[in-house]
Amino acid sequence: MTDPVLSVKNLSTQFFTRAGVVKAVDSVTFDLAKGEIMGLVGESGSGKTVTGFSLLGLVDAPGRIVEGSVKLNGTELTTLSQKDLRTRRGREISMIFQDPIATLNPMLTVGQQVRLAIDAHEKLSHRAADARATELLSQVGIPSASVRLRAYPHEFSGGMRQRVAIAIALLHRPSVIVADEPTTALDVSIQAQILFQMRDLAAETGTAMIWISHDLAVVSSLASKLAVMYAGRIVEQGPTATLLRDPRHPYTAGLIASLPATAKPGTPLTQIPGTTPSLLSLPPGCPFAPRCDRSTDRCEVKPQITLQESRGWRCFHPVEKNAEVLA
Amino acid sequence: MLGFIIQRFLQAAMVMAVMSVIVFCGVYAIGNPIDIVIPPEATQDIREEAIRRLGLDRPLYEQYFIFISNLLQGDLGRSFVYNIPVLELIGGRLPATLELVLISVIAATILGVSLGIYAGYRPDSRISKTIMAVSVLGFSVPSFWVGLILILFFAVNLGWLPAGGRGETTEIWGVAWSFPTPNGLSHIVLPAVNLALFKLAMMIRLARAGTREIMLTDTIKFARAAGLSETAILRRHLLKLISIPIITIFGLELGSTLAFAVVTETIFSWPGVGKLIIDSIGVLDRPVMVAYLILVAFLFVTINFVVDLVFALIDPRIRHGVSK
Ligand SMILES: Nc1ncnc2c1ncn2[C@@H]1O[C@H](COP(=O)(O)OP(=O)(O)OP(=O)(O)O)[C@@H](O)[C@H]1O
Ligand SMILES: [Mg+2]
Repeated sequence: MTDPVLSVKNLSTQFFTRAGVVKAVDSVTFDLAKGEIMGLVGESGSGKTVTGFSLLGLVDAPGRIVEGSVKLNGTELTTLSQKDLRTRRGREISMIFQDPIATLNPMLTVGQQVRLAIDAHEKLSHRAADARATELLSQVGIPSASVRLRAYPHEFSGGMRQRVAIAIALLHRPSVIVADEPTTALDVSIQAQILFQMRDLAAETGTAMIWISHDLAVVSSLASKLAVMYAGRIVEQGPTATLLRDPRHPYTAGLIASLPATAKPGTPLTQIPGTTPSLLSLPPGCPFAPRCDRSTDRCEVKPQITLQESRGWRCFHPVEKNAEVLA
Repeated sequence: MLGFIIQRFLQAAMVMAVMSVIVFCGVYAIGNPIDIVIPPEATQDIREEAIRRLGLDRPLYEQYFIFISNLLQGDLGRSFVYNIPVLELIGGRLPATLELVLISVIAATILGVSLGIYAGYRPDSRISKTIMAVSVLGFSVPSFWVGLILILFFAVNLGWLPAGGRGETTEIWGVAWSFPTPNGLSHIVLPAVNLALFKLAMMIRLARAGTREIMLTDTIKFARAAGLSETAILRRHLLKLISIPIITIFGLELGSTLAFAVVTETIFSWPGVGKLIIDSIGVLDRPVMVAYLILVAFLFVTINFVVDLVFALIDPRIRHGVSK
């Protein structure tokens, strides 16, 4: 097996707020092979975005990475200086965000913003940079790109703005892109378009992707591998097909059961009872235990990862058969 | 863009029309100037003659229309007290106020915005905390007291700078200015510092708050994720994003300081319009008061107009009429 482009081990990020320490990311471990797409799913507030920020070294104060390692193309990122990190961001790893309206600067033309991203890593003449920007924008599906370079973000639709952001993220053909729910804010038809376009572009450039979403249905059509996050931890991960067919963690099972496609027509959708615990005061053991019908006294200590072939989970009482869930 | 300019221009004209009515009625309500203009021992005939000559016997609306039609011909009347055209009187004083105010507001903005951006960018550094402490001082210490201390320290004790007056002036476009001559400039320093302190404090706060907010937005996060250097982020992203509130406050401060620099002008015997208007109010010199207030309104309207134009120039959303 070839070395992974991205290897994350025991990554923990905490926010030191006045109210206490928020353990937003806790012992997150995963590998990403060249060109691989991993879906990172979890409820709102489970730490998906903070995981993405941690990979790029973009966690704002009062947060910081307290533990763990992020190896990108063999280089440890967590110990790099901000200056060295900067030269890798955009070139080796980049990120796109949920809200394309907020990511682009409303006061600069699209061309200027693409240009800034080019200048960050390359010395190109004005003309060469423009040609490059035009080529890229057409690639992500923006019509008459050379004219549109002179337009401002508000002259684009939401979907087109997100395409611009994607173009900027893909500019230097990074090894890894973190896509933080980039289609959530868009309407459904455009969502699918962008989703598959990004998949094709990533395949073309050999870029690996971490596709963050709270929507299991969306990611499973895209990702070859899934990581399910709950309260800052990855509670289960493995190949998408395996996980969907045969979930081990009760939380994963619950997520699958609540998918509209899984439900029998006419029956109400299943929902996981209870709410996400506050990351400020997590129980010492399994954070899902209070909502879990399988929990016992054992769950009061933190479950370690159980590994089995290409998959892993953190649970003392894993679900054994999918029959149980679908019944 | 042309439509935008015409629309703003009409708005400005309307504001001016309303302001002129308010000012005229307001000043009329303050009191009758006739007792001040005429010596008490004057006979009834002289008194009535004076009232007629000044047009004070006519109904208010007639006085207003006479005033407006004269105004439109560029005649703002004569001062009751000095008996020279008001325009000449104010025009002679305006450059002094103008140069003092422009220098202090511009300096306060440049310095304040730089310090504020630093303090917002590095909120926890010791320098930032010092900057913020100084800005609190700028807000809370009364301006007249600072003026007196400045004179006491730099003029009286150290003898580095003159304590008051305008110093040497030189003519540009037929108007006397102090700032081009070294001596004149040395006279501007202390009053300008005095005027600038409060504005400096305000600009620091404004720039700091804006910087802190903007640095946490997705725009900056995304720029960082794309690998932009911090210099590029500050120069290309932050400066643009922060400029709208800064320009707004700059315009407001410029207007209000031009109108109300009177405390500083008094302390430093600076022969500007502030001093003139205080004297005119004291003797109910109605034409001077009316002309001055209308001039102030005109300044505000003009500054607002210019600020709107600048907004349209730098913010494409405003230029294209997009509602935010
Ligand atoms: N600057 C911060 N200060 C304190 N806590 C923070 C900060 N940023 C994030 N958190 C906390 O970290 C946790 C994880 O947040 P994160 O944004 O990663 O969630 P998410 O999984 O991306 O959710 P969503 O689906 O809503 O985007 C949240 O509980 C949040 O309150
Ligand atoms: Mg998020």
